Amino acid sequence: MSDLQRERLAYKRSRSRRSTAVALLSTVVFAAVLWFSVRRAPGWPRVRQSFFNLDTAWRTLPAVLDGLWLNVRVLVVAEVAILVLALWIAAVRTLRGSVWFPLRALATGYVDLFRGLPLIICLYLVGFGLPGLRLSGVPNDPVLLGGIALVLIYSAYVAEVFRAGIESVHPSQLAAARSLGLNHEKTMRLVVLPQAVRRVFPALLNDFVALQKDCGLISVLGAVDAVRAAQIESSTSYNFTPYVVAGLLFVLLAVPSGRLADWVSRRAARREGAR
Amino acid sequence: MSQAVLSVRGMVKRYGGTTVLDGIDLDVREHEVVVLIGSSGSGKSTLLRCANLLEELDDGQVLLDGVDVSDPRVDADVARRSMGVVFQAFNLFPHMSVLENVTLAPRVVHGVPREVANDRARDLLARVGLADKAGAYPDRLSGGQQQRVAIARALAYDPRLLLFDEITSALDPELVGEVLALVRELAGQGRTILMATHEMGFAKQVADRVCFLDGGKLLESGPPEQVLGEPVHPRTRQFLGRIIDAGRL
Ligand SMILES: Nc1ncnc2c1ncn2[C@@H]1O[C@H](COP(=O)(O)OP(=O)(O)OP(=O)(O)O)[C@@H](O)[C@H]1O
Ligand SMILES: [Mg+2]
Repeated sequence: MSDLQRERLAYKRSRSRRSTAVALLSTVVFAAVLWFSVRRAPGWPRVRQSFFNLDTAWRTLPAVLDGLWLNVRVLVVAEVAILVLALWIAAVRTLRGSVWFPLRALATGYVDLFRGLPLIICLYLVGFGLPGLRLSGVPNDPVLLGGIALVLIYSAYVAEVFRAGIESVHPSQLAAARSLGLNHEKTMRLVVLPQAVRRVFPALLNDFVALQKDCGLISVLGAVDAVRAAQIESSTSYNFTPYVVAGLLFVLLAVPSGRLADWVSRRAARREGAR
Repeated sequence: MSQAVLSVRGMVKRYGGTTVLDGIDLDVREHEVVVLIGSSGSGKSTLLRCANLLEELDDGQVLLDGVDVSDPRVDADVARRSMGVVFQAFNLFPHMSVLENVTLAPRVVHGVPREVANDRARDLLARVGLADKAGAYPDRLSGGQQQRVAIARALAYDPRLLLFDEITSALDPELVGEVLALVRELAGQGRTILMATHEMGFAKQVADRVCFLDGGKLLESGPPEQVLGEPVHPRTRQFLGRIIDAGRL
């Protein structure tokens, strides 16, 4: 290595050390300012007592965690169902030809309906309306019904994400696949969808994080999830801390997905960077 | 005379109100290299796409070995198996490695076992000078390398007819040579090729027949010495004159 290059590297290193130090310092100052101004607020002692009570937090943590475990299970099952259903709807919407008109129209109507319907109303309709029919075979388990409502709403969203991905694949890719003799189904499965899914992966993860939070809404049907557990605990202890505990747990749950999304989009950018 | 591998009869193609192809008749016989020339927008790509049934005809027929494959009752996917297309813009699949690009059709369309398809693909890649690139992804290759992969992909299932659409026009002059050398080699092997090109020098050397496309019609067709040397039609003369002015002949 030449002296010139050595000197340049040393300079770069000193620069990066300096910017790390600056970042650290400004973070500490910012946190300190925030901390002192909140503490100086006149209502702070009461807020701390009823929202940030460590004893209550520790005491109610097991119950809330138990509830969160239910959220996680609902999340996983619902997400799988959502991805399958959404992919299917998106693929149906790409079919051309009048034979497929009824299916296509059905898929379009489905997306229009469930993308527009507020989740909370869908939860009430499915959670209280379906069992209200008293049909045999209709479940009345709030967890299952809540899960169904989530799948209905989110699959409409995710189908549109997939469709955007499918349409972003250039027509020349389709022409190339068809010219090799691949039929529509194989062209979709082997050429279009893999490219589409890669492109929309960050958007999918974003919807996944939104779903993580919305899983907490099944509590309105009476399912004892993290939110409901926090509600029960807070009403017995006359303290809002359990809600904060549940909120923090949801945030912690979302962090890995966020990091994964960042990582995946960086990797995708690197791989497709040349174009 | 042997039956034509590809035979285009009265082909008409319209986009909206404009008639791009207005009754094209064209035969490509076995081992023949037919070159389509014509100014930009004259419909060369459209003719090739219609021949490959990627576009629906508005009239006329496409016959492959005498069978009318433009008939809606014929499965176009099956007809395409005997044609290999190389596009102007390569159109490699970016999410697949070079080897996967080349083996896709043999494996999923022709049912060739993976190992056999891989071996054959490696042979082909070696022949186009890319033996060491089998595992690479298309975006890591130069334009000329990508185009040679596209040619290997079209050759992988040994199609009866090759359709090349200006396969050098997206390439730097240095890379044009390497791709044209490959086409020359394919022609030497007796492949049947229909290609559109702006490389008149190349057409002169390799073509058995040159066809001049203008205003949706095949105005002139014959041996390269005649069409490029002593064109009969004034439009052909005008076109070639422009090409000579541009220094491409
Ligand atoms: N999908 C399409 N929709 C509408 N018009 C089209 C379409 N494809 C081609 N055309 C039109 O058809 C005409 C012929 O196009 P084509 O691509 O076949 O020309 P070409 O001879 O290949 O030209 P070039 O040498 O520039 O590639 C053009 O006027 C073009 O605008
Ligand atoms: Mg063209």
